[in-house]
Amino acid sequence: MATLELRNVNKTYGAGLPDTLKNIELSIKDGEFLILVGPSGCGKSTLMNCIAGLETITGGAIMIGDQDVSGMSPKDRDIAMVFQSYALYPTMSVRENIEFGLKIRKMNQSAIDEEVTRVAKLLQIEHLLNRKPGQLSGGQQQRVAMGRALARRPKIYLFDEPLSNLDAKLRVEMRTEMKLMHQRLKTTTVYVTHDQIEAMTLGDKVAVMKDGIIQQFGTPKDIYNNPANLFVASFIGSPPMNFIPLRLQRKDGRLLALLDSGQARCELPLAMQDAGLEDREVILGLRPEQIVLANGEGNGLPTIRAEVQVTEPTGPDTLVFVNLNDTKVCCRLAPDVAPAVGETLTLQFDPSKVLLFDAKTGERLGVAGLPKTESHAANVTQFKGR
Amino acid sequence: MTSLAAKPGISLSRIAIYAVLILAVLLYLVPLVVMLLTSFKTPEDISTGNLLSWPTVVSGIGWVKAWGTVDGYFWNSIKITVPAVLISTAIGALNGYVLSMWRFRGSQLFFGLLLFGCFLPFQTVLLPASFTLGKMGLASTTTGLVFVHVVYGLAFTTLFFRNYYISIPDALVKAARLDGAGFFTIFRRIILPMSTPIIMVCLIWQFTQIWNDFLFGVVFSSGDSQPITVALNNLVNTSTGAKEYNVDMAAAMIAGLPTLLVYVVAGKYFVRGLTAGAVKG
Amino acid sequence: MSSVAVFSKASPFDALQRWLPKLVLAPSMFIVLVGFYGYILWTFVLSFTTSTFLPNYTWAGLAQYARLFDNDRWWVASKNLALFGGMFIGITLVIGVLLAVFLDQRIRREGFIRTIYLYPMALSMIVTGTAWKWLLNPGMGLDKLLRDWGWEGFRLDWLIDPDRVVYCLVIAAVWQASGFIMAMFLAGLRGVDQSIIRAAQIDGASMPRIYWKVVLPSLRPVFFSAVMILAHIAIKSFDLVAAMTAGGPGYSSDLPAMFMYSFTFSRGQMGMGSASAILMLGAILAIIVPYLYSELRTKRHD
Repeated sequence: MATLELRNVNKTYGAGLPDTLKNIELSIKDGEFLILVGPSGCGKSTLMNCIAGLETITGGAIMIGDQDVSGMSPKDRDIAMVFQSYALYPTMSVRENIEFGLKIRKMNQSAIDEEVTRVAKLLQIEHLLNRKPGQLSGGQQQRVAMGRALARRPKIYLFDEPLSNLDAKLRVEMRTEMKLMHQRLKTTTVYVTHDQIEAMTLGDKVAVMKDGIIQQFGTPKDIYNNPANLFVASFIGSPPMNFIPLRLQRKDGRLLALLDSGQARCELPLAMQDAGLEDREVILGLRPEQIVLANGEGNGLPTIRAEVQVTEPTGPDTLVFVNLNDTKVCCRLAPDVAPAVGETLTLQFDPSKVLLFDAKTGERLGVAGLPKTESHAANVTQFKGR
Repeated sequence: MTSLAAKPGISLSRIAIYAVLILAVLLYLVPLVVMLLTSFKTPEDISTGNLLSWPTVVSGIGWVKAWGTVDGYFWNSIKITVPAVLISTAIGALNGYVLSMWRFRGSQLFFGLLLFGCFLPFQTVLLPASFTLGKMGLASTTTGLVFVHVVYGLAFTTLFFRNYYISIPDALVKAARLDGAGFFTIFRRIILPMSTPIIMVCLIWQFTQIWNDFLFGVVFSSGDSQPITVALNNLVNTSTGAKEYNVDMAAAMIAGLPTLLVYVVAGKYFVRGLTAGAVKG
Repeated sequence: MSSVAVFSKASPFDALQRWLPKLVLAPSMFIVLVGFYGYILWTFVLSFTTSTFLPNYTWAGLAQYARLFDNDRWWVASKNLALFGGMFIGITLVIGVLLAVFLDQRIRREGFIRTIYLYPMALSMIVTGTAWKWLLNPGMGLDKLLRDWGWEGFRLDWLIDPDRVVYCLVIAAVWQASGFIMAMFLAGLRGVDQSIIRAAQIDGASMPRIYWKVVLPSLRPVFFSAVMILAHIAIKSFDLVAAMTAGGPGYSSDLPAMFMYSFTFSRGQMGMGSASAILMLGAILAIIVPYLYSELRTKRHD
């Protein structure tokens, strides 16, 4: 097991081509589970390939433990990878697939057999050892692919969207199993996915990427509650955060956001009172679960009456869509609330949860008060120039 | 009139179709049948009978004489074809492996040049090739012919393997590299075991092309080193003495049977080779 | 997608691995550059020299080409190529398409029939030529057979008729290649989107009409491939001529490939022979280049 550190990693595919990876900085401790998440084309798979040594980097350094592995070939980095397509060797049996890397490293046969048994037991694939990959189901192939990685006992595990090829139900099951396994084995892991739910549930640390840049690096909680910019806020969370464009006003010395539902108006006092923000074009961010039904017990929180446009009962919640400032806003209400379309509801907000983003740059405003994350300073500088 | 494809019942049009198809079968078979019949006749039978008349005496004399004349050349063909097929297939496999999985700058260009080379009219290289063979001391030898067939078979064999390997997912090679395997280990333990179908196609295609070749044989060999196609042509086109058609036909059969047998036994690989070569670009 | 780690901490094993793909390809690259393109260049150069029995690098400008154009035999060979090529391609296409369409009608024993149609491709052109030479033998071949069967006075002496001998070449070549074209089109037909055919049937069209107006037009790419391959075979035809007619009677059935061989190796006219080879190359390029160009263009349109 080892730590992983990426220092100012850059990658271009050629002079004149745009950078695929720009100034990537992150580090994780021994045994931590790092998630790289982002939309397709954001560079997460490229970054993973660079960590593995399957692709070169054009600048910066990759440190595994205290070793600079930037120049090393994949096989010397002591890394194991599980691919999205599993990449099992089709002409070899499951046992031979798992043994392959060990045989190349010239382990003696009895040690190899021990490893295969250990791994097979762990993943419950003992009964599959003599089959060929073509005879296995998707879920079984996935386990064998993991077994191949586990048998190597590498310093770092890399997972490239390993659950994407499974059907939805199996994916949820395997996700839990992966988490269990990580808790047991405490392996340093880097995991690439485009699914933000996997990112939130599996990771100790999450790096959200877009266009080759790390938009934010922190714990899942940080990323969810304190997104560094509009992109991160919109990417993480389902249903996605509501974004209401408006212009801030200052009234009686206090900074306000004016909400208009067509039926009523509401003045939302903001937690941040920075000078110079009035008259600024901003985007107000509010998560669906942060809009609740007013319970009538005057607790002083701002409320507004709004007409229901659409309802979506999902089972565990009812999603109610209203119009605020000509923007469709989603509210996540309790399942037994079943308003009819056209009904008027009284909704309540908690101003302390409201987030502000600059309308032009997407940068989060009023960052003072954000809990510090390890690469906080680096994050702020990263999207300054955008 | 019922729709033909939908209801394969007995209708006039269907009978017509079968008639045409069966007629075609006969037309395709007639030359072969004639060759066989003629080869088993005596010269008297040939001059009195016609193409399809049954021999009064089924005689093997044509075959005996034919074999006596061409047997050395038959073995020449074997000495040329077998090594050439094996070598060109092996090199083609390695080339295809590199071109599909270890691409580097310039390898795509090379593939393009190679592809173009498949269309090469060999007339444009005959002279320089014969000069070179002469300088290498290989003129008029079976080894020289092996060499030429390997060189000019490379384009096709590489094409076969490259097109086959390109459908193997990259992730497999990546996984093997992470497992620590190197260039040759990956080829030997992962790629080759997956290659059986295309190896068959290549072997059969090359065997047919090289065994049946005449141009290289007639240009690059003479006398004792000639392959059987050249020997056959010499035999059939000599104008001295009376024509012995039974010998001619027997010799043609001897020359044609190996590839014909290969076709009968492993025809589907042959067809795959044809269509693989045809669907280019 | 592969690449190699930056050198700074590479072991000797890694250095070798980096070079191995290039090393493995190198001999073939060398062979292709020299044996294909280098030799073509060499022949090209020779065509501008005065070489006869031996290469002689005295510059002769376009003299050899001029001699070609003045050579009656070359003209006969070229005309024969046009005639042979045109008939060969046309008839083979018709027969191949027809057989493919018929075989597409859910025929019993289709596999067996296909095998029969294709076996000629497994034979050497020398064997084919020898067989057909016998079949078309004036006096003892097909004409005698038909006379014996009752068609009195039937004569078939095309093989020795300078004006008709090319037809014999066509017959033998069509016999050999039509099975291949059948296989190509059958594969193409099998790949046609069935819903188009069903739509046409609902519109009330009969099967022959559907094939003619809907299915075959959708197989244009296969037509192009087929024409290209057949043209390629026609231009390279040497074995067939050598076996059936040796260019005769006289040189009335000569083809460019035969001409080149004859002049270069038998008649000691290397310069002229080289020029004829280059012209053959030109003919092939004239076919491939437009084809590749149109292929690339249509791909971009998609």
